[in-house]
Amino acid sequence: MDKLPRWADVVLVPLISLLMAAAISALVILAIGGDPVEAVKVMVTGALGSAYGWGYTLYYATSFIFTGLAVSVAYHAGQFNIGGEGQAQIGGLGVALVCLALPWPHWTIALPAAMIGAGLFGAAWAAIPAYLAAKRGSHIVITTIMFNYIAAALIVYLLVEVLRPAGQMDPATARFPAGAKLPTFGEIPGLSLFFSKNVPANVTFFVALAACWGVWLLLWRTRLGYQIRAYGKSEPAALYAGISPTRMIVVSMLISGGLAGMMAINNVMGEAERLLQNSAEGAGFIGIAVALMGRNHPIGVFLAALLFGFLYQGGAEMGLWTTIPIELRLLLQGLVILFTGALDNMVRMMLGVFFRAKAKEAA
Amino acid sequence: MNPAQDTGRQETAAPAIELRGISKAFGSVQANKDISIRVMPGTIHGIIGENGAGKSTLMSILYGFYKADAGEIIIHGRPTQIPDSQAAIRAGIGMVFQHFKLVQNFTVLENIILGVEEGALLRPSLSKARETLKHLAEEYELDVDPDARIEELSVGHQQRVEILKALYRQADILILDEPTGVLTPAEADHLFRILDNLRAQGKTIILITHKLREIMEITDTVSVMRRGEMTATVKTAETSPEQLAELMVGRKVLLHVPKGPANPGATVLEVENLRVVDADKVERIKGIGLTIRAGEILGIAGVSGNGQSELLQVLGGYCRATGSVKINGQEIDLTGKHSDGQSRRARGIAHVPEDRHHHGLVLDFAAWENMIFGYHNAPEYQKNALIMDNAGIVEKTEGAMEHFDVRPPIPSLPAKSFSGGNQQKIVLAREIERNPDLLLVGQPTRGVDIGAIEFIHKRIVELRDAGKAVLLVSVELDEIMSLSDRIAVMFDGRIMGERLPAETNERELGLMMAGVTGSGEAA
Repeated sequence: MDKLPRWADVVLVPLISLLMAAAISALVILAIGGDPVEAVKVMVTGALGSAYGWGYTLYYATSFIFTGLAVSVAYHAGQFNIGGEGQAQIGGLGVALVCLALPWPHWTIALPAAMIGAGLFGAAWAAIPAYLAAKRGSHIVITTIMFNYIAAALIVYLLVEVLRPAGQMDPATARFPAGAKLPTFGEIPGLSLFFSKNVPANVTFFVALAACWGVWLLLWRTRLGYQIRAYGKSEPAALYAGISPTRMIVVSMLISGGLAGMMAINNVMGEAERLLQNSAEGAGFIGIAVALMGRNHPIGVFLAALLFGFLYQGGAEMGLWTTIPIELRLLLQGLVILFTGALDNMVRMMLGVFFRAKAKEAA
Repeated sequence: MNPAQDTGRQETAAPAIELRGISKAFGSVQANKDISIRVMPGTIHGIIGENGAGKSTLMSILYGFYKADAGEIIIHGRPTQIPDSQAAIRAGIGMVFQHFKLVQNFTVLENIILGVEEGALLRPSLSKARETLKHLAEEYELDVDPDARIEELSVGHQQRVEILKALYRQADILILDEPTGVLTPAEADHLFRILDNLRAQGKTIILITHKLREIMEITDTVSVMRRGEMTATVKTAETSPEQLAELMVGRKVLLHVPKGPANPGATVLEVENLRVVDADKVERIKGIGLTIRAGEILGIAGVSGNGQSELLQVLGGYCRATGSVKINGQEIDLTGKHSDGQSRRARGIAHVPEDRHHHGLVLDFAAWENMIFGYHNAPEYQKNALIMDNAGIVEKTEGAMEHFDVRPPIPSLPAKSFSGGNQQKIVLAREIERNPDLLLVGQPTRGVDIGAIEFIHKRIVELRDAGKAVLLVSVELDEIMSLSDRIAVMFDGRIMGERLPAETNERELGLMMAGVTGSGEAA
C-alpha cells in the first residue's frame, strides 16, 4: 500500500477519526431525543469557554499525559502496558505514605519527595508483570490487567484496615498536612489572574510537561532509549546486537509504571489531598487511548491528553446542563478510542485510495 | 498498440507468447516500459535482471495480477485479455511462484485438485487426478508421492507439486519465478532435467532468475531487463555471462573478483568440539572444529539448514553452545554472562548476519541509527554520560555511506527503504569500519544485485588483504569458490572435509554438501 504523506498521517487521520466518532455520537444523541448542536455548545463552553472550564480540562489532561506517556514508553519496547490504572493507584499509595510521613514545611520540598514515592511505587507495581514477562514468558497484557484488580483490592484493604484514621467513617487516609498542598492554577502568581482559586489544575501540569520532554529525551536521545526502541522494533535484531531482552522489558516497564504512578501527584496530592478508593478513576485506561491517538510520541500524547481532558470535562458539563445523561461521555470516549485506535487503518485506507487517485490525476 | 504494425510477421509458427508494448506504472515509478518479447513454442526463454528491474511485474501482468497500462498480450497468435489468474489458466499459462502457494496440511492430490474439483464429491476428481499424476510423473520425471502431506515434503518436492498443479490445469506455458533460490544443487539439477523434458514435449517455459549460470545452462533465448526496460533479447548460445551481466547492470562487471594468494598469519579463530543443541533438543552442530588465520578467508559451503547458521550465531554471541572457541588464543564464553553480542564485539568479532532483515538491521530505524547498531555503546558515539551524539553519528554515517557507495546516501532514510544491495552495504560498512580481527559473513550477496555483489566481494577480499580473518558462509557455491582460500563443507551439523578451491570442483563440493564422503551414493 502506498504511504500517506506525513501531514496526512499525523493530522488528517486522527482528525477524520474524531469527526467520525463525533458524527456517530451525534446520531446517538439524536436517537435518545437530545440535541447534538446543543450538546456540542455545552461541551465547548463548559470545557473551554471559561477559565473555570479550562481549570478542569487541564487537570484531567495532566493525569492523561502521565498515563499516556506510560503506555507510550512501554509500547516502544514492544510491551502493551494495560496496567496504568493499577500502577497509578499504587502510585497514589506512595504519595500518601510520603505526604503523611512528615509534617512537610513547604510544597517545594514535599513535591519532589512525593514524585519519588509515586514513581517508585508505580514502578514496583509494574515490576512484577515485567519480571514475569521477561523471565517466565507470561503475557504482559494479561498480567497487567490482573494487577489492576489486585491493586484496587489492596488499596481498599489498606484504606479500611491500615491507613484509615481511627474514628473516620469513609475508607480514606487522613488529610495530608498543609505543607504538602500543591498550589493550584488559582494560587500561582500570574496564572491566578485568569484562574479562580478553586480550580483543580495545579503545578503538576508543569511536571507533566517536563515528563513529556523527559520521555522524548529518553527515547530519542539516550542510549537506553535507542536500545528500548531497537528491541521494540525487532527482538532478533536486538539479540544480534547484544541488547538484553530481559533488561529492556524490565527497564521499560519500570519507567512506564513510574510514569503511571506519577499521575497520583496530580489527583491524590494536588486535588483530593488524601488517598481515596479508586483514585485513578479510569485515567489509566484513557492513557491507552491517549497513547494510541498520540502515536506514542510525547507531543502527540500531550495533544491527545488535551482532547481527552476536553471530552472528560465537556462530557461532565453536558450531563449537568442538558437532558443527555453523563454516561454518554463514556460512549463518546469509547467511539474516539474505537475510531482512533481500532479503526485507524480504515481511515488510512480510505485516504490512501483518495491520495492515489489524486496522484494519478496529477500524473 | 497499433494494429497496422501487425502485418509484417514472418515466422512460420506463431509465438506461444508475444507481448507488445507492455507498460505499467506504480505511481511515479515506471515498472515496465514498452516491453515486447516473443517466445516460440517448445523453447525455454530466460528473463534476467536485477532486483527491481521489473521482471516480477511483467510476469504478474501475464498472470493477471496486475493490469497493464498499455500493450497487448498475444497467445498462440490470438490477442488475449488476462484480467485475473483464472483467465491466465484458461489461456494455458501456469505459474510457479518463488514462495509456494500450497496448503501445508493437505496431501499432494488435494492440493492438485484445489480449485478445479469437479462436482460436489471429491472422490471422482481425486482418482482422476491420481491417474493424470501417474502419467505426468512418467513423462517428465515429476515423481511425487500423491498421498504425502505437503509439510512432509522437501522443498524440491513441493516445487514439483507446483509444477504438477500447473500441468494438471493443462498449462502449456509455464512461468517459473526464481525457482532455484530455495533448492540444493542436486534439486536444481533435477528441476532442470524436468524443464528439459517439458521442453522436449513442446511446452513453453519462461524462467525468471538473476543467476547467470542457470540462464547459460538451460535457456534457448534470454531477455535482459534493466530499470523497467527490456535492454536486449539474445540467443543464449550467442552470448556470454559477462555480456549478460553488463547488459543487466549497464556497465562492465567483474564476475570474479581478482585476488592474490593468501598470506596467512597467526591463528585468529580456533574452534574445537563445538556442539549446539536447539530448543527442541535437536543437535544442530555435532562437534566441529576449525581454525582461521589472519589474512585468510575460510568459506563454509553447504545447503542451508546444516548448522552453518548456528555456527555464525554462536560466534556472534546469540546462540548457546558447548565446546571451545578461542579468539587470538583466548577462550570466549559460550554460555555464561559474557556470551552476548556486546562481549563478542569487544573481542574483535564483527558479524554480517545471514538474515539482514531480521538480525542485521532494524528496518524501521534510519540508516544512521543502523550504522551504530551493536556498537551503540562505543564512547565515540556519546555526547556525554547520558546523551548520544546523534549529529556526530549522522555525520559519520554520511562518510561511511559515501565510502561504501550506499545509494541513496541519505542517513535519515529508514533501512527498509533501501534496496537489498544497499542494505547489505550499510551492514558491511558498519562491521568493516570497526576494523575487526575476525569478520563473520553470512550469505553476503543474498538478494543483492550483481553490481553490488562485485563491490561486496571486493571489500571482503580487501579486509583479508589487510590481515584480518574472515569466516564466510554461503549457499552460493560460486561465491564460496571465488572468495575462499580454504573451503569447509558442512552437512548435518558436521564438517565433511576441507578442500582448497584450486584442487576441487563444484561436483565434488556438491556431493559433500549432500553428505557423500567418498565416491558413493548420498547418505
